Amino acid sequence: MIEEQFSTGNSFVHSLDPRVKIIVAIFFSVVVAVSSNFASLLPALALSLFLIILGKLSFKKVLYRLLLVNRLILFLWLFLPFTYKGEALFKIGPLVGTAEGVLYASQITVKCNAILLAMIALLSTTSVFTLGHAMGQLCFPDKIIHLFLFTYRYIHVISQEYYRLINAMKMRGFIPRTNLHTYRSYAYLVGMLLVRSYDRAERIHKAMICRGFNGKYHTLSRFSVKMGDILYLSVMLAAILGLVILQWKAIA
Amino acid sequence: MESNSLIINLKNISFSYSADKLILDHLSFQLHSGDRVGLVGPNGSGKTTLFHIIMGLLRPSSGKIELFDKPANEEKDFREVRKKIGLLFQDADDQLFSPTVLEDVAFGPLNLGKSPEEAIGIALETLARLDLSGFENRITYKLSGGEKRLVSLATVLAMDPEVLLMDEPTNGLDDETEEKITDILKGLNLSCIFISHNLDFLFKTTDRIYAMANGKISLDEELVPHPHIHVHKFGRLPHEHKS
Repeated sequence: MIEEQFSTGNSFVHSLDPRVKIIVAIFFSVVVAVSSNFASLLPALALSLFLIILGKLSFKKVLYRLLLVNRLILFLWLFLPFTYKGEALFKIGPLVGTAEGVLYASQITVKCNAILLAMIALLSTTSVFTLGHAMGQLCFPDKIIHLFLFTYRYIHVISQEYYRLINAMKMRGFIPRTNLHTYRSYAYLVGMLLVRSYDRAERIHKAMICRGFNGKYHTLSRFSVKMGDILYLSVMLAAILGLVILQWKAIA
Repeated sequence: MESNSLIINLKNISFSYSADKLILDHLSFQLHSGDRVGLVGPNGSGKTTLFHIIMGLLRPSSGKIELFDKPANEEKDFREVRKKIGLLFQDADDQLFSPTVLEDVAFGPLNLGKSPEEAIGIALETLARLDLSGFENRITYKLSGGEKRLVSLATVLAMDPEVLLMDEPTNGLDDETEEKITDILKGLNLSCIFISHNLDFLFKTTDRIYAMANGKISLDEELVPHPHIHVHKFGRLPHEHKS
């Protein structure tokens, strides 16, 4: 089940207008993603760490989340240094690691972690539903918002359905092995989930139609921008602009 | 509206999901304002299908539908009708899709063009009527089965319908919640059709019970008194049977 561990709290970041957080998150991640130099990436990492501190989030839990993602990055470290062309830096048997490869891998690592930390600090300190509504007020397309909110609402129902099916299989003595029977059973399971989700979507749509739904999703939330929000937005946008300038100077 | 006016008038409705079997076979049915009708019938006899036809979610292959004295053929006609007829689905998880209880109950009123403030007012009022005050900020998917059923009833009642269609409202509820829902439904001043396998519930909440079989609907009004002899373990101990 999805737990929104960080969404409740009483820090300054938690009290910010969610629209401000979304705007900052978008600008920050785009700028960091296209940056290609440590001169701007390292300050970006520092900035995202600062955001985490501002949100008073538990370092242990944040670290745990980072570890999950960094497992993927570990694979980059296994391959990039040896496949990237450049000056040899070290040798392991017949494999030659290049300086450029190491540099590239560490850039990706810093980028990923900076963006991830910023996302944790900004987006996961807001509940998913508030995010959805804030997206609505920022004029995101209705369809994206519906997809986002419905996915969140029904992923729980679908996972329950998954466990029900898995349990039904186990009750009848199913033990996963490396054979055709196992693969076929799993294929049935996935197919069944798809069909059931489709049916469920159909029923929900009907229930919504019965209650007068005609494509427009009205929301009850009203957000108000406070002085703190404006201040935060200006400081953050200035900082992000700083990152852009640093990157600009580095390549110029 | 004058009393006893015809609300739902179905004439010779036929419907089938596949070519080899008619689910509804030239079915005719009328509901007048103030009628409280129970509907029984075996699984797969077309009870839910009938509800979906009344709401315009499915279109009959032949026959005529008149709702509130107007023919209903197109989506446009049914849109008006859905404001006056509330349908409660079998599975509350289908009905409750919003994050919080308040938002879900306010969804209908908002669609009817109410302002957010009005919608919140209506939602809170409806929740209070169903003894659900304090539920407004609960997360819908974390409610218990009984709570989900009550909240979905609130979502339908918040639209202030004239007719209430309920598909197995007591299915899977414990005695206490069932009693609560029965009491609430008894107290509602609405025309209604309840599908149920629970005869006790239908006796308490409706005036007439129709049976559905072979794609048709029939009224069995004859009262047949019949004593019961029943056997169960621990029968020697003094006990009471609710009815």
